[in-house]
Amino acid sequence: MMQARQRDSLFVASVKDSLGGALVAFALACVMVGLKVDVASGRGAELFLEHRWLAVAIAVALVFVVRLGMNMFFWKREDAPSLGLSGFLPKGGLGDGSTNLLKYGMLVLAVALPFALMYYLGSRGSRQYIDLAILVLTYVMLGWGLNIVVGLAGLLDLGYVAFYAVGAYSYALLAHYFGFSFWICLPLAGILAAFWGIILGFPVLRLRGDYLAIVTLAFGEIIRVVLLNWYEFTGGPDGLSGIPRPSFFGLEFTRGEGGFADFFGLKYNSIHRIIFLYYLIFIMAMFTNFVTMRLRRMPIGRAWEALREDEIACRALGINTTNTKLTAFALGAMFGGFAGSFFATRQGFISPESFTFLESAIILAIVVLGGLGSQVGVVIASIVMIGGFEMFREFEEYRMLVFGIIMVVIMVWKPRGLVSSRTPSVALSKNAKGISADLVQEGHG
Amino acid sequence: MSTWDNNPVLKVEHLTMRFGGLTAVGDLSFNVGRGDITALIGPNGAGKTTVFNCITGFYKPTEGRLVMNRSSGDKHLLERMADFKITADAKVARTFQNIRLFGGMTILENLMVAQHNPLMVASNWTIGGLLGLGGYKKSNVEAIETAKYWLERTDLIDRADVPAADLCYGDQRRLEIARAMCTGPELLCLDEPAAGLNPKESLELNTLLQFIRKEHGTSVLLIEHDMSVVMEISDHVVVLDYGVKISDGTPEFVKNDPHVIAAYLGVEDDEVEQVEEEVGIV
Amino acid sequence: MDYFLQQLINGVTLGSIYGLIAIGYTMVYGIIGMINFAHGDIFMVGSFISLILIVALGITAATPVLLLILALALVLVVAMALTAVWGWTVERVAYRPLRGSFRLAPLITAIGASIALQNFVQVSQGAKNKPLQPLISGDFQLTDGGADGSGFIVNLSYMQILIVVTTVVLMAGFTYIINKTSLGRSQRACEQDRKMAALLGVNVDRTISLTFVMGASLAAVAGLMFLLYYGVVDFYIGFLAGVKAFTAAVLGGIGSLPGAMLGGLLIGLIETFWSGYFSVEYKDVAAFSILAIVLIFMPEGLLGQPEVEKV
Ligand SMILES: Nc1ncnc2c1ncn2[C@@H]1O[C@H](COP(=O)(O)OP(=O)(O)OP(=O)(O)O)[C@@H](O)[C@H]1O
Ligand SMILES: [Mg+2]
Repeated sequence: MMQARQRDSLFVASVKDSLGGALVAFALACVMVGLKVDVASGRGAELFLEHRWLAVAIAVALVFVVRLGMNMFFWKREDAPSLGLSGFLPKGGLGDGSTNLLKYGMLVLAVALPFALMYYLGSRGSRQYIDLAILVLTYVMLGWGLNIVVGLAGLLDLGYVAFYAVGAYSYALLAHYFGFSFWICLPLAGILAAFWGIILGFPVLRLRGDYLAIVTLAFGEIIRVVLLNWYEFTGGPDGLSGIPRPSFFGLEFTRGEGGFADFFGLKYNSIHRIIFLYYLIFIMAMFTNFVTMRLRRMPIGRAWEALREDEIACRALGINTTNTKLTAFALGAMFGGFAGSFFATRQGFISPESFTFLESAIILAIVVLGGLGSQVGVVIASIVMIGGFEMFREFEEYRMLVFGIIMVVIMVWKPRGLVSSRTPSVALSKNAKGISADLVQEGHG
Repeated sequence: MSTWDNNPVLKVEHLTMRFGGLTAVGDLSFNVGRGDITALIGPNGAGKTTVFNCITGFYKPTEGRLVMNRSSGDKHLLERMADFKITADAKVARTFQNIRLFGGMTILENLMVAQHNPLMVASNWTIGGLLGLGGYKKSNVEAIETAKYWLERTDLIDRADVPAADLCYGDQRRLEIARAMCTGPELLCLDEPAAGLNPKESLELNTLLQFIRKEHGTSVLLIEHDMSVVMEISDHVVVLDYGVKISDGTPEFVKNDPHVIAAYLGVEDDEVEQVEEEVGIV
Repeated sequence: MDYFLQQLINGVTLGSIYGLIAIGYTMVYGIIGMINFAHGDIFMVGSFISLILIVALGITAATPVLLLILALALVLVVAMALTAVWGWTVERVAYRPLRGSFRLAPLITAIGASIALQNFVQVSQGAKNKPLQPLISGDFQLTDGGADGSGFIVNLSYMQILIVVTTVVLMAGFTYIINKTSLGRSQRACEQDRKMAALLGVNVDRTISLTFVMGASLAAVAGLMFLLYYGVVDFYIGFLAGVKAFTAAVLGGIGSLPGAMLGGLLIGLIETFWSGYFSVEYKDVAAFSILAIVLIFMPEGLLGQPEVEKV
């Protein structure tokens, strides 16, 4: 065996391996890329095939060449220089010092962003970027909400979007039927979502691990299907429109007398409302963060983390694990609900289409890619995933494809997420170190 | 009538635990004396851990009664209580045979988690604490003090901010005891605390247990295979074999009980003398 | 009565398809303890490959019966092989590098792989759904003899027979593999304790790869059946079918092959009966609700091993 391997020179071995890769690539591509089945226009809806053998040849050649190169210069060489990405970041993710700097840097940037954009791009040019920032912040908030459930308490929730939907529909329906304003609906929506969290959580939180995952996924789908089919109440697939916009302490963002611009003696500009929405979601997200960080240092937050580490030990210490899980679930749901009502008021229109499983998956991916339990990680992951995603708007078709591939690549590259160290919630000495994520359990429930 | 039968802290009465066809514990009765160190010993698979699991509510006994008499005079029927209530209300704390620490949390955090219940009350179930109301801050400081106290006792104070998973084995065992003590128990159940310790650590453990019993009045029930530990520190020994009690008395008494010797040597009672002669014990 | 029987037959057919997909989930879960979220999309890819092959071979309803059967068998075999390569590749690229890493990482890569596969097919094959004219038509009519129309008439199509028979045969084959061959033994060893199995000389990577290959080829069978039965595919069919099949696997007791089949049948029956007697819109709600209820009362599923919590 050993001899055989030595006899193969580096080149021959590389070529062999690359041929294998090319063969697999051919098997993958020959039918799915080489042939395209399409429906003939006109009568009969006949199926016909389109041939794209050139594309297959390119794909196969590409795989062969790339693999050959990699084999020759990295994979099969003993003196191979350490490859690529892992060199860019310090080992073990971002250290404490750099995350602190990053945290405050990002905070300052977030506060100044709309004005900086306005200054450089003018109100017309900056609108699209502020919109994007709002979207990113919405995901940051959702990520932070889910982080309580998945990151801290270690409960795998694949149906988080259900609470987002509950929040959005609560606001829309309360506003529609009772004419409540945004500021009354916001807490109500949060409470309703938390209430749903408890109702759903109570029976299922006894389940462990992946069972919990599948049941939460199922609940997410159930809520979506109900929203889709309860036509009289939710408008079904048509959704609800005409959702009232929030006001700035009673000042509407309208043209003319009594509006926001008029009150402050500004010239009316539709960007005012966008900027207002930006700061609204910014404050809501920071509130989520503030509450979470504070809770982490309180008995309930410690109990969540302890639960993630070892549920049985928790029970032996007299902790009511059911209640502890429920509070995590309910609190996560509540923040999801807040974010949902923000979404509704921003869009002015909601439909079940916005609350698919994909949404849950993206939020979960943000939490995991960021580094479980890490608040800064969520921000970075949101910017990378959502910001990056929106940047590729021109490549509409390929966007989701690339998105999926990026998810795989980041995870393979950094399985513990981008920020993978846990800060102790209490310490005796001033310079307590972060805990490497390798020691931190991920929970089983 | 022995001392542990007067006003015992825990009365185990006719405890039976079956798993399918296997009777892990059969009709076991014994008392744990108040302020005593009681040892539960027996060969592997005798059902000792199962007894602990019944006492601490992780298993529901098939039959039997477990009465915890708190020093306040309250009686708790442990077999009817949820596991976490047993620690919270009946004040029984335990450690595990295969250590169960919160590995990704620091040692101090481990001890803070153990004080969850009083801290929850102090923080008005989080709401007061979140708003900065009430005496949460003060209680938090007190909890840290309690933790520090036990860290000093267990010689872990220098490592307070280290993740528990980074501790060596002996330290982990001591931390688990410190954590159990932070729940303020009246009965402390230790499952093989000396397993895997070197002789020096074993000695320190003895001192620690004596201290706990003396200074805190906590009764201790421990499972132990190390006879030197058992003989030295326990006041009362209960011996199990195949889930059945075969001996119960002072260490002196148990040591000389032929049933015990037979069980440990793995022979019939009447062969004991013969075997002893062969190996030259007598 | 006839309505009931008809629904029963339809439910069993649908359940067989779910069951075939569910086996893939259950085997992977059993061996590496992860939810292979991309499995539903592997099924979808299998379905597309079958469709393309059918069109490429020019199979139509007009093809003579014998030739039709032969051609379909060829399509089945080739689709199984090619889909298996897809399954293998997903494992190789997205899961193997994360082996031994923490539990959520492969879950995220699985979701990523699922998104990527879906959109790859959307890009390469277009977003439109692809209708296929029925290839196998005709049915048995089961009646109770009342020719005057008073008795019941139930249609049992050849297609349904084909699906159920194929499922039963494959199920038997796979049970044999798992229980009797050395591959099956390696699989069961890896399920129990992967490290120990490796120490004892089991080639763990190969065993896991083969598990994915088997799961994917069964999914391809399900894909072909789905295509023939419903006569239409699009890039999105993988998601719902995948979720349902996973539900089936959990319902039956994850890790158990007969459990997956039983769960598949139950989900298929619940869905058809619910659609038949109550409302089509809420059939998914019914299936998911049953799952939640079963799990709450029997957390290990119908045929699963109860997980002993040793303290
Ligand atoms: N959850 C369970 N299900 C089935 N059998 C169990 C369970 N827990 C314990 N047993 C069985 O009960 C018997 C007693 O086990 P136990 O763990 O109490 O022994 P032990 O005295 O603590 O032994 P050791 O000294 O090895 O720790 C063993 O035969 C064990 O296999
Ligand atoms: Mg034991």
